[in-house]
Order: sequence, then C-alpha cells, then structure tokens
Amino acid sequence: MNQDIYVVIEHLRNQVSDISFVMLAAAHALTKETNGSVVGLLLGENNQDLVKNLAADRVIYIDHPALAEFTSDAYINTLENLINDNQPRVALFGNTSIGAEIASVLSARLDLPLISSCINFDSNAGELLYISQICGGKIMIEGGFLETTTLATMIPGGYKPEQGQSKEAPEITIVTAPELKDLRVTLAQYIEPEVEDVDISREPILISVGRGIQNEDNIELAEELAELLGGVVCASRPIVDQGWLPTSRMVGKSGKTVKAKLYLAMGISGAPEHIEGITDCKTIIAINTDPTAPIFDVANYGAEIDVLDLVEVLIEEIEEVKGE
Amino acid sequence: MNIVVLVKLVPDLVEELSIDASGIKLDDSWLRLIINEFDDHAIEQAILLKEQSDAQVTIIAPDIEGVDDVLFTASAKGADRLIKLTGIDEGEINNHALGRAVANEIKDLQPDLLLTGVQANDDLDGPVGPLLAEFLGLPYVGYISGVKVDNNKVVARKEYPGGLIAEMEVTLPAALGIQAAEQPPRYVAVSKVRQTMKTATIEEKSVSELDPSGSLSISKMYQPEVGERATMIDGDEEEITAQLIELFQELGVM
Repeated sequence: MNQDIYVVIEHLRNQVSDISFVMLAAAHALTKETNGSVVGLLLGENNQDLVKNLAADRVIYIDHPALAEFTSDAYINTLENLINDNQPRVALFGNTSIGAEIASVLSARLDLPLISSCINFDSNAGELLYISQICGGKIMIEGGFLETTTLATMIPGGYKPEQGQSKEAPEITIVTAPELKDLRVTLAQYIEPEVEDVDISREPILISVGRGIQNEDNIELAEELAELLGGVVCASRPIVDQGWLPTSRMVGKSGKTVKAKLYLAMGISGAPEHIEGITDCKTIIAINTDPTAPIFDVANYGAEIDVLDLVEVLIEEIEEVKGE
Repeated sequence: MNIVVLVKLVPDLVEELSIDASGIKLDDSWLRLIINEFDDHAIEQAILLKEQSDAQVTIIAPDIEGVDDVLFTASAKGADRLIKLTGIDEGEINNHALGRAVANEIKDLQPDLLLTGVQANDDLDGPVGPLLAEFLGLPYVGYISGVKVDNNKVVARKEYPGGLIAEMEVTLPAALGIQAAEQPPRYVAVSKVRQTMKTATIEEKSVSELDPSGSLSISKMYQPEVGERATMIDGDEEEITAQLIELFQELGVM
C-alpha cells in the first residue's frame, strides 16, 4: 500500500461535478498526514481537457469509447485494475448516483473496507480519522482507518469546492484502459428534464413544502402563500414522488440547487439530500414540529409548529397587512 | 421472471434517537424501526412488474422486530413468497455481512431481477444493493425511477442531478437500486394485511455465520453539535405569524 489519496473525478456531460472538487480538497487534508500525493482518476473519451482546474498533484487519465459516458460496469472494471495495481491509502468517491454504486461494488469485489457518507477527515496522533453521518444527518460517526486501502464515499458540507480547484493544470499520466468488452450495462440515451413551467433555480422567493404538508389538497395553501409573497412553490423529494408537484419543482440532490433570497421550508425535516440543494439560499426560514429536525441547523430562522396550524393564519394576516 | 426484493428495517427518524452506553451504537431500547422507504418503492416496482407480466415476487428481509408486519403487508400487495433470515443480531449486522448472508440464501432462487432500495438511513458501509449484486456476480445500477423489462434485458431510468435521466440497458440477470417506483407505494388496509396473515406463510431461513469484513472501525457515535442553529420564533400561530410578517417586511418580500 502506498500513501496516495485517489479521487475518482465525477463528470457528467463534459462538466466536472462539484463533489469532485470537494473530494480533492479532502484529499489534500488527508495527504497532509500521509505525505502521499493527491491523484485524480479521470475516465472518459476525449475528456482530457477536464483536468485543467483540478487541484491534484497528478491525474491519471484513461481514455476509451466505453468510458465516454458513465456506466457502472465499464467504470468498475477500469477502477478495479487501477486500485488493485497501485493500492492507494484511500480512494474517494462521491456519494452520488455515480460514486455510491461503484464504491460499493469495488468494496465487495476487492474485499476492501468502505466508509459511506464521509463529511470530514481529521487525524489524531498521526492516525487518520473519518467523520461520517447516518440517520439523515442526525447521527455522526467517527473512527480510524484499517491498515489497508480504504474506499470512502463523500457528501458535501465539510470542504468548499473552491479548495479543490486550481489555476494550474496538474501533470497527466495516461494509462491504457483494460479490455472493456461484454459490458452488461450500457447507456441507451439521455432524457432531458421536462420543459419547465418555472425554473426554481432562478426564483428569488421559494415556498417549499415537505411531508409536513400531509396531503395533496394542502399544496393549494402553499400556492396561495407563494402568490401573496410573489414567489413560487417547490418541494422536497417525497412530495414529487407522490406526484403532487412535477419533478421540475424538486429541490435537492436529484433535483435543483436553488439560490433564493427567501427559502421558506414548510414541513421539511432537512435530509442531507435536501440540504445539498439549499445551502446557497440567503435567508432560510423553517417551519417544523420536530425541534431536532436537521433543517433547523441550516435555517436562519425557525418555528416549531405544525405547518397546517400556521399557514392559514399566515395567509389571512398577510392579506390583511396588504389590505386585500 | 423471478423477482427478489431485499427489504431492510431502519430507524424511524421522526422519533428521537439516542446512543447506547457503548458509545458506538444506537440505543435500540428506544428505537422504533420502520421499513426503509426506498425498499417500499422497490416492493411497489416489483408488484408493478408482476402486474405487467407473470413474474413471481419474493421478499426477503432480516428477522428484526416488526419484520412480520412488513412481510405480510408486501404479501397483501401481491408478493408471492416471504422469507426472513433468522439468527441475525440487529445491532451487530452491517451491509457487507447482510449482503453475503442474503447472497448465500438467494443464489439458489436464481433471481432474474433483484431490487433493493437505493440506500437506507443506517448505511455505514455503503448501500447493501451493490454489495449484494457483486456477491451474486450481477451487474448493478442504482438511483432508478422506472423499469421496463425487454426480453433478456431491463431498461432502467437512472436519475442524475437537475432532473436529467439516463436510460441504462442492463443485461438480465441484474440488480437495481430503486429510488422511486413508477407510482407511489400503494396503500393496503390493515384489515387486508390481517387477512393475509391467516393465509400467507413466512419461511424462516437461519443464517449460520455472518462475515462482516469490508466494514469500518467505529470509535465514536454522537449527535451533531448544535452549532449556529436557527433563531427560533416562539409562540402560538398568531405570534409566529406576526413575527414572520415582520421578517418578510425586513427582507423586502412584502
């Protein structure tokens, strides 16, 4: 085992994802202890230009037609060889729809330990420590690394993406791809997001609803409130899964990242997947019955009350103040 | 078509969580366990596929308090076969050990399609789906919100950020991590579940040995420090409303 930290660079449609920069920043924190190098692993086809602002000591680039777009089988077979041949101290993956599955499969295939949802790394008397979270961010876990190459998936929050960016392009080593044939997973096509009625990522005032809204009929109350405040309604995942609002209104990891001036979270507990999408909002106000809900950790203002008890009174009062 | 769904029970996050005396485990005396919501979607997706073809749906779950209700509910929705894995200490099992135990049990079932929830809120060592898939030698694709079976392959809709979907073709047999079923999990009345309890049977399979290798070392578990939390607005709905309106005016939205 060497002391390098590998970072599997995630990119989608010719754009490096933010989590890749977060991981590079984390890798630099880790190499301060291990004295190894930060090594980016970039897989693609004619994607070499994506290395240009990666803050890595070097980047291993593997070019192959089967790596042009992400598919699990081709990525896993390629990374299996790289990790097995070089045995880095740690290999980092995003806890995303790309990284989570390849890290898990590689852990099983190579019999290497896997730590999921790491948010931070630290050290104690020369020993590396991870800090990860479970239970929707309500429980933190800390521990050391075993004396073997360790795989870890990362969530955003502990390191700023800017810390993983560099003005200077890193050194590139080109490695030949393994024979990638008989692949069991292939990309048929991308399906673009539905044409949107509104683009919530550009809206300054967002009234966002979660499970606490309880049923579809109550969405109307949120619409009413949004209209009064000149905003639009958006939602957390469960509401969209229920079909109460279209996917274009979903905020979070698999939805949109929003940058509102006012984000009013009504009945949203604030799972990490949701929080990911709202950290750029200026003022967050959260209404929730659960005083321990993680949404209160990121909100500027909060009220511990049932959203359904509040919303009608709020609408009435706003109407009165506005003289309607 | 033989569909197997692996189901886990996880802490209900609506309840307060606490750490036990060991300092590295959740206190299970207070823990309320519920079905992992993504596994509920995996069950729904399996039933939807069964309704479109003549698939046989098997649900498998570790024997944890509350699992019988979960299994009978799945049966009331249309699952054909229920299996629970006994001999598992709920506080001790990790996803690597669970993946190996389940792989051992279901390899004889020769599933054409294996479905699990894409993740669970108690995953410490990666989601169980891709681990199980690899232990069985199956290809895996996660974050799926739509599945069509087409002869010897499935066409699965994989979700990316921003609403982008990748349509992945996966050769059968295969494993998929379900993010959302094509429709919300159906509701079954308690009376129907009770009826099912009289007719359906749960097969018990005992796990002889658990192999947790691949997991991590935990030295500390704790609740996050309360950092800069929200400034709380107290009072009844009238008082909170008054303060919110003041706040809206300050922010210039009113």
